[in-house]
Amino acid sequence: MSAFFSPFISKPDTVSAIMLRVLLALLPGIALYVWHFGPAILVSIALASLTALGTEALMLKLRNRPVMHFLGDNSALLTGWLLALSIPPLAPWWLVVVGTAFAIAIAKHLYGGLGNNPFNPAMIGYAVLIISFPAQMTHWLTPHGLGLAELGFLDQLKYMFLGALPPNVTLDAITMATPLDTLKTRLHLDESVKQILGMPIYGRLAGQGSEMVSLGFMLGGLYLLAARIITWHIPVAFLGTLFVTAGIFHLADPDHYVAPLFHWFSGAAMLGAFFILTDPITSPTTTRGKLIFATGAGLLTYLIRIFGSFPDGMAFATLLMNICVPLIVLYTQPAVFGKKEKRP
Amino acid sequence: MRTLYQFHGGIHPPGNKEPSTQSGIARAPLPSKLVIPFRQHAGAAAKPIVRAGDQVLKGQLIGMPDGFVSSAVHASTSGTITTIGAQPIAHPSGLPDLCATLIPDGREEWILHAAPSTLRQNSGQASLRTGFDYRNSDPAELRQHLRMSGVVGLGGAVFPSDIKLRPGNRKIDTLILNGAECEPYITCDDMLMRERAAEIAQGAEMLRFMLEAGEVLIGIEDNKPQAIAAMRQAVAESGFLFEVVAVPTIYPGGSAKQLIRVLTGLEVPSGKLPTDIGVQCFNVATAYSVYRALAHGEPLLSRIVTLTGNVRRAQNFEVLLGTPVRDLVALGEALPGTDRYIMGGPMMGLPLSSTDIPLVKASNCIIAASDKLFPPAPPALPCIRCSRCAQACPADLQPMDLFWFAQSREFDKAQQFSLFDCIECGACSYVCPSHIPLVQYFQFAKSEIRAREHDQQAADHARERHEFREYRFEREKQEKAERLAARELAAKQAQPAEPSVSPADAMQQKIQAAIAHAREHAAAGKPKNTENLTAQQQAEIAEIEARRTHIHELAKSAAEPPNDHGESHS
Repeated sequence: MSAFFSPFISKPDTVSAIMLRVLLALLPGIALYVWHFGPAILVSIALASLTALGTEALMLKLRNRPVMHFLGDNSALLTGWLLALSIPPLAPWWLVVVGTAFAIAIAKHLYGGLGNNPFNPAMIGYAVLIISFPAQMTHWLTPHGLGLAELGFLDQLKYMFLGALPPNVTLDAITMATPLDTLKTRLHLDESVKQILGMPIYGRLAGQGSEMVSLGFMLGGLYLLAARIITWHIPVAFLGTLFVTAGIFHLADPDHYVAPLFHWFSGAAMLGAFFILTDPITSPTTTRGKLIFATGAGLLTYLIRIFGSFPDGMAFATLLMNICVPLIVLYTQPAVFGKKEKRP
Repeated sequence: MRTLYQFHGGIHPPGNKEPSTQSGIARAPLPSKLVIPFRQHAGAAAKPIVRAGDQVLKGQLIGMPDGFVSSAVHASTSGTITTIGAQPIAHPSGLPDLCATLIPDGREEWILHAAPSTLRQNSGQASLRTGFDYRNSDPAELRQHLRMSGVVGLGGAVFPSDIKLRPGNRKIDTLILNGAECEPYITCDDMLMRERAAEIAQGAEMLRFMLEAGEVLIGIEDNKPQAIAAMRQAVAESGFLFEVVAVPTIYPGGSAKQLIRVLTGLEVPSGKLPTDIGVQCFNVATAYSVYRALAHGEPLLSRIVTLTGNVRRAQNFEVLLGTPVRDLVALGEALPGTDRYIMGGPMMGLPLSSTDIPLVKASNCIIAASDKLFPPAPPALPCIRCSRCAQACPADLQPMDLFWFAQSREFDKAQQFSLFDCIECGACSYVCPSHIPLVQYFQFAKSEIRAREHDQQAADHARERHEFREYRFEREKQEKAERLAARELAAKQAQPAEPSVSPADAMQQKIQAAIAHAREHAAAGKPKNTENLTAQQQAEIAEIEARRTHIHELAKSAAEPPNDHGESHS
């Protein structure tokens, strides 16, 4: 009878169940990833999961929090998965471990743990890795059938944990720069968009293989929308801004600026639109705030992709907009019932 | 079809209204003891006018309204008053309150009361126990009669109806009868509308007459088709031009401000009353008791209470006010696992500390609760700012921010973000995936802010007094020194000397300056929540204060029987 107060009923929904459904929504994308790039990504995800749970448990213990109570909330697992999906799958084992541990320990727990981190932990992990280990972060697997050579699963494991490649196979033979990166580099060499997209690594919309993975993430995102785990505001505003901005540039100069759909299905755009920017903890709580936040992220993503020096802009756009969240929320407060004027 | 409007947010909890609507309203048997609190309404407690040992008749006034916001209390049946003293009642504080214990004599013998027209013709003057031919009466007289009949809002707020019927500075365009009954499990209004629709319609016309209101809308949630049909038929037969409007079922659609919004599209401005926008709202059960009071001269002695939850026989009962909860729940035959009872609905109800407490005018529902029916919430997790609470909030608040401010005791911020516009409906807590008891945080913050402002006022007064006292000491010291100096001077010069400046003038100036200074200090404070309160909020505060003083009095004079009021019964 202790702590018995109204309301006595509640929606049978928990943080743990919400996070679990977000993890499930990642599965179509992951399945297509495996289909096109081999099972290395599963090893990456497994490593990230173990590191995330281990770091989470350790930090909870150090902070004198009930370990089991929080470990079951699935939030650390989600951070690990998102990071693993953001970095090259065929990377040395320590890359994903270092990134995940940093994300959980520094970006999450040093700010107060679940619910208190101002920055998306997975994107902090990504930022740390791309700044600290830029070389390892560019070794993206070539999709099936396009590379000079292909590694079996055992050979992939061998490379990840021992750093050893089979004889006669060089790293360059099995990896490549991302389609986004390739496009940018070639454009600098004064090739036209049309010429570049004629390369075999490009498919119907964007990169061969990776466009399908993006499609998988989009499907998962639509499930999140249908399940009302996220609202439409962030994905629509983000993808809309990306489309419109890319569209304007493309219309002005189609030889130098690729079509908007390419941007949608390249890099982390879909993952970001539905899974990263929608992280409730690090995005605005107000409806108008969500629109502003995602519009800003869309614009920044495009600008970084086109004019920046990193292959993709998703992570930095997210982090930059994370900084603005408190201000956005303050200035987008809705009018309270019975109060016509908006509050500061 | 009438255009309906929406309010932001709201939730759709399972209704669970079917079990208690399978059979009609039953009259609960006469209990062996009634405990009748003198405060069953918002505002000041009624003043007891009977003494222990008095014989009373059914409907006899035992508590006189005391103060502007107050209402009368009556003997619910005939019998003997055995004690008048503090007894446990249903209140969040758990504090006891003044009650009369009435042992029924079983005869249910009414005090003289009758239908108005007959008595009016005979005596030519309506006495307190008779009804009125209301159409030929002065509305002020009608209001006084309602006050003396103990008619208060039966939707839960128990605000004295006569006050809500007073003419304001604005014409009432719309009278709304609230039959929404949005809380799950509760069906007392539903059953009342099904069975006594004609009386409700008559009561509505009486309310309309007193308010001189324009249109009358009867809002009923569309999960009550039978009640809607019954009310429509009753209205059609009565010939009144009321409109029965089926409103969407959504919690808290039965909250007055939300229902007004749905029916009229108007928002009651924050801190204002519905009458400020030309609307007044009464619960359907209140309309029914207005009808009983004005047409039959019957004071409010009973009400319909839903008994439901973990019971074999869920049903609505017409219960005499003062009936212990124990007697009611016995009728429902609680099923195994029942370990506690809730008064009210599952969203805003109050857990009962005991079943000894009496059913009062505010008691609309008793739910037998078990762990199976209401599983304890899992331990709370931190807020993940998912903003589901904001999506559910019918007051357009940002509960996750208010929670943050309450938790970190940033009460100024909480106030700035409209904490006091929270209606404590519990929709935010209902949807929270972290299972944070948000409503309790908001109640805590509100009470802390009220207490702090109260303390601040007290401190201001104390400082004012202290500063003046300091000044007085200083002044006396100076005067003494001046007198001494004058005397010395006089002694030295051996001749009477007048001080060059009149000390009396200087003193007056200093007193004025000190008072002005103290006033400035006091005025420099921020605007307070305890200012600009609605009548109801003031009533709530007054009630709390009265309860406090009352408890003090009780503690002081526990042994002395009250003998300064009431008439001799001999």
